[in-house]
Amino acid sequence: MNEELVLEQRREHEATQKTIVGFWVYLMTDCVLFASLFAVYAVLHGNTFGGPSGHDLFHLPYVLVETFALLMSSFTCGLAMLATQRRARNEVLFWLFVTFCLGALFLGLELHEFANMVHDGNSWRRSGFLSSYFVLVGTHGTHITFGLLWMAVLGGYVWKRGITDSIRKRLTLFSLFWHFLDVIWIFIFTIVYLYGSIGV
Amino acid sequence: MLTQVAFALLGKLAWNQLPPNPIAWGGALMVIVGLIAIVALITYLHRWKWLWKNWLTTQDPKRIGVMYVVVALIMLLRGGADALIMRAQQATSVGNSQGLLDPSHFQQIVSAHGTIMIFFVAMGLMFGIINLVLPLQLGARDVAFPFLNATSFWLFFAGMALVMGSLVVGDFSAAGWLSYPPLSELKYSPTVGVDYWIWALQIAGVGSLLSGVNFLVTIIKMRAPGMTLMKMPLFAWGVLTSMSLVAFAFPILTVTLTLLALDRTIGTHFFTAGGGGNAMMYVNLIWAWGHPEVYILVLPAFGIYSEIVSTFSRKKLFGYTSMVWALAAIMLLSYSVWLHHFFTMGAGANVNAFFGITTAVIAVPTGVKIFNWLFTMYRGRIKFASPMFWFMGFVVIFTIGGVAGVMMSIPAIDYQVHNSLFLVAHFHMMIVGGVVFGFFGGLTYWFPKIFGFRLHEGLGKIAFWFWGVGFLTAFVPLYILGLMGATRRLDHYNASLGWQPLFIVAGIGVGLIVIGVAAQVLQLVVSIVQRDQRRDLTGDPWNGRTLEWSVPSPAPFYSFIKQPVVTERDQFWADKQAKAHAKKEYEDIVLPKNSSLSVVIGALAFVFGGSVVWHIFWLAPLALIGIVVTIIVRSMNDEPEYRLTAREVERLEHERLRKVKAYEALQA
Repeated sequence: MNEELVLEQRREHEATQKTIVGFWVYLMTDCVLFASLFAVYAVLHGNTFGGPSGHDLFHLPYVLVETFALLMSSFTCGLAMLATQRRARNEVLFWLFVTFCLGALFLGLELHEFANMVHDGNSWRRSGFLSSYFVLVGTHGTHITFGLLWMAVLGGYVWKRGITDSIRKRLTLFSLFWHFLDVIWIFIFTIVYLYGSIGV
Repeated sequence: MLTQVAFALLGKLAWNQLPPNPIAWGGALMVIVGLIAIVALITYLHRWKWLWKNWLTTQDPKRIGVMYVVVALIMLLRGGADALIMRAQQATSVGNSQGLLDPSHFQQIVSAHGTIMIFFVAMGLMFGIINLVLPLQLGARDVAFPFLNATSFWLFFAGMALVMGSLVVGDFSAAGWLSYPPLSELKYSPTVGVDYWIWALQIAGVGSLLSGVNFLVTIIKMRAPGMTLMKMPLFAWGVLTSMSLVAFAFPILTVTLTLLALDRTIGTHFFTAGGGGNAMMYVNLIWAWGHPEVYILVLPAFGIYSEIVSTFSRKKLFGYTSMVWALAAIMLLSYSVWLHHFFTMGAGANVNAFFGITTAVIAVPTGVKIFNWLFTMYRGRIKFASPMFWFMGFVVIFTIGGVAGVMMSIPAIDYQVHNSLFLVAHFHMMIVGGVVFGFFGGLTYWFPKIFGFRLHEGLGKIAFWFWGVGFLTAFVPLYILGLMGATRRLDHYNASLGWQPLFIVAGIGVGLIVIGVAAQVLQLVVSIVQRDQRRDLTGDPWNGRTLEWSVPSPAPFYSFIKQPVVTERDQFWADKQAKAHAKKEYEDIVLPKNSSLSVVIGALAFVFGGSVVWHIFWLAPLALIGIVVTIIVRSMNDEPEYRLTAREVERLEHERLRKVKAYEALQA
C-alpha cells in the first residue's frame, strides 16, 4: 500500500514537472511572438507618414505610473505565491485581489491612453508607425486581459476549494505568465516609450 | 434598410458568392456531394455513436494519428486534383487557346494547391506519423498533454474545413501560396479569398504550434527510463529538432498573418503600399517562418529514412552521432538562410553573399546524412521491401533537387532563375521526393503496428514506380522550361516560345503519378480485404530494432503492459539478440479519458474563422468567448484520467493471445 502511495506521488510530481516545462516552452514561443512584433516596430517606427511621432505622443510621467502599477502587481503576485507555499488561503486571496486591482489599473490606464490617441485622430489607421505601436502595446494589453481573467478564475478556485496541489500548480503557472508579461513591459517601456520620447 | 440589416447579420455573405462558373460549380459539388455521401454512409451503417466514442473524442495518440493521416490523404486528392487542372491548363493554354480556366480562377487553384499540400497534406502526414510512432518509440504510453494533442488535431481540421468551404461559398486567395502584399492587401484582392487563406492557416497554425510544444515536452520528459538523448531512435531526434523549429518559427507566422489580417480588416498600415507600410517586411517575416517550415517537414522524414534504412539493411545506423549533429546543424542553419528566397529584392551584394554562403553550407550536413544512409546499406543484408523503394527513390530525387538548390544559392544564378519553373522543379523535388516519399515509406513501414496487418507489397512497389517515374517526367521538363524563361504561375503563353511540348510531357508525368495514387488506393483496398491473411501476429513484421516493435500489432490502446527500461540504442534488437524475454508482469495503467471539448474548441474555431472571413462581427466575439469558456470548463475537470487495473490489463492481454491463436490457425 505504502509503495503504491509513493508511486502515486511520484506520478503526480512528474505530471506537475511536465506541465511546468510545457508552460516554459509556451512562454518561449510567446517570447518569439513579441520579438517579431518588436522587430516590426523597429522597422516601422520612423514611418510616421506625415503624422505624429512617438516624441509628439508619449507622455512619460503617465507611462511611469502605468509601469509602477504593473511592477507592483508583479511584486504582490510574488507575495501571493509565498502565501501559497504556506497554504494560507486568505492571504493568497488577498494578494491575488491586490494583484488583480493593480493589473486592472494598468489596463485601464493603457486603454485611456489609447482612447485619447484615437480621439485625437491618431489611431492605427494614421501611419505605419502607429499601426505597429498599437499592435505591439495592444498585444501586451491583450495578454494582461487574459491574465486578469485567469486570475479571476483561479481566485474562484482558491475561494471554493482552498489551496490544493492542483491549484498550487496552476498558481505557479500563472505567476510565471504574469512575471513574463512584466519583462515584456520593461522592453516596451524602454524601446517604445523611452526611445520614442527622446526621439531616437 | 434591409441591406443594412443583412450586412449586420450576415456580413459579406450573399447569394452571389456562390460559384460563378461551371468549373467552380464542379469543385463545389464535389465538396457537397462528398460531405453528404460521408454523412449518409455513417448514418446507414449506424456508426455515429461508435465514431464519436472511439474516434472523434479520443485522446489516444495512435487514433489521433490515424485521423490526421486520413484527413491528409483526402486533402492529397484535393491538392492533386488542383495539380492536374494546372497541368491541363498549361499544356493547352497557348497562343489563341485560353485553356480551361480564366486567369483569376487559375491563380486561385495555384494558391490552393500550394497551401493545401504544405499545410494540410505534408503537415498532416507529419503530425499523424509523429502521433502514431513517437510515444511508442520513446517507450511512453502517451504524449505530454493528451487533451492539447486532440485540440491541435481539431484546430487542424477546422483550418482544413475553411479551405474546403472556400470552394462552396466565396473564392480562395489568388495571391500565391504565401500571399505577398501589396497584392494580398484589400485594395488589390478585395474578395474574401485572402481572408480564407489567412484564417485557415492561422487556425491550423495555432494547432501546429501547440503540437510543437506538446511533442517537445514529450521528448524532454517522457522517455523510458535509461533512454538518454543519445540513445533515442533517430526518428525521435528528427521530431525533436523539427519541433524545436515549430516552437520558434510558428509564432512568427502567427504574427505575420495577424498583421496582414489587421491590414485587411481594420485598416492598419503594416504592409500597404501607402500609409507608411512596408511590403518587404512581410516577405522577410513570412520567410523567417517559411524557411524553417521546410525543415520542419523534412527533419522527421530524415528520421523515418534512418529507421527504414537500418531495419532493412539489418545493420545499426552508420554514424549515429554524426547523424544527430547533422540534424542539429540543419536545425540551426535553417534560421540563417531565409533571405535566399528573395535575393532579387536588392538587399545588396554583401547581404546576398552572406545568405548565399549559409544556404550552400546547409548542403554539408545534408550530404553527411545521405552518405551515412548509403554507408548503412553498404555490406548490409538489404531486404528490398517497399519502404526501402521509397527510400532509394528519395536518395535519387532529393540529391538532384538538392544540387539544383546549391546552384540557386549563388545569388548571380538565382537572379536568372528567380520565380521561374526551375525553382518550382527544385522545391517539388525537395518536398515530394524528400518529405512525401518519406511519409509514404513510413506509413507502409508502421502500418502493421497500427492496424495489425501488412499492406500488399506488390501494389506498393507498383505505386512507387509510377510515382517515381511520373515524378521525374513531370518535373525534369520544368527545370528545362525554367532555364528557357518560363515563370511560375503562368496561365498562358505565346506559341512561338516552343514550350508546349515540354508542358505536355510534364502533364503526362502527372498522369503517371495519378496511376501511382490509384495503385495506392487499390493497395489499401486489397490489403483490407485480405487482412486476415496479412495479420502481423508477431508484432515485429520487419525484424525491427526499436521499442515500437516490442509491443503487439495492432498496438493496444495502453501501448505497453509495463514501461520498458532502456540500456541500448537499438534496445529491441539487443533484446532479441540476447533472447531476453521480459516476464509478464501487470500493473495499473493511468490513461486519459475521452473528451468532447477538443471537438467543441475546433468547431468554435471554425465558426470564428468563418465569421471573420465574412465580416460577421457579432458572431466572431461570441465564438471566441465560447472557446475561453470551454477552456475554463475543461480546467474544472479534476479527473481527466482513469485507471485501468492490472487485472483488466491481464484479461485484455489473454483475450489478445486467444485471438492470435485463432489467426495462427487460420493462416496455417
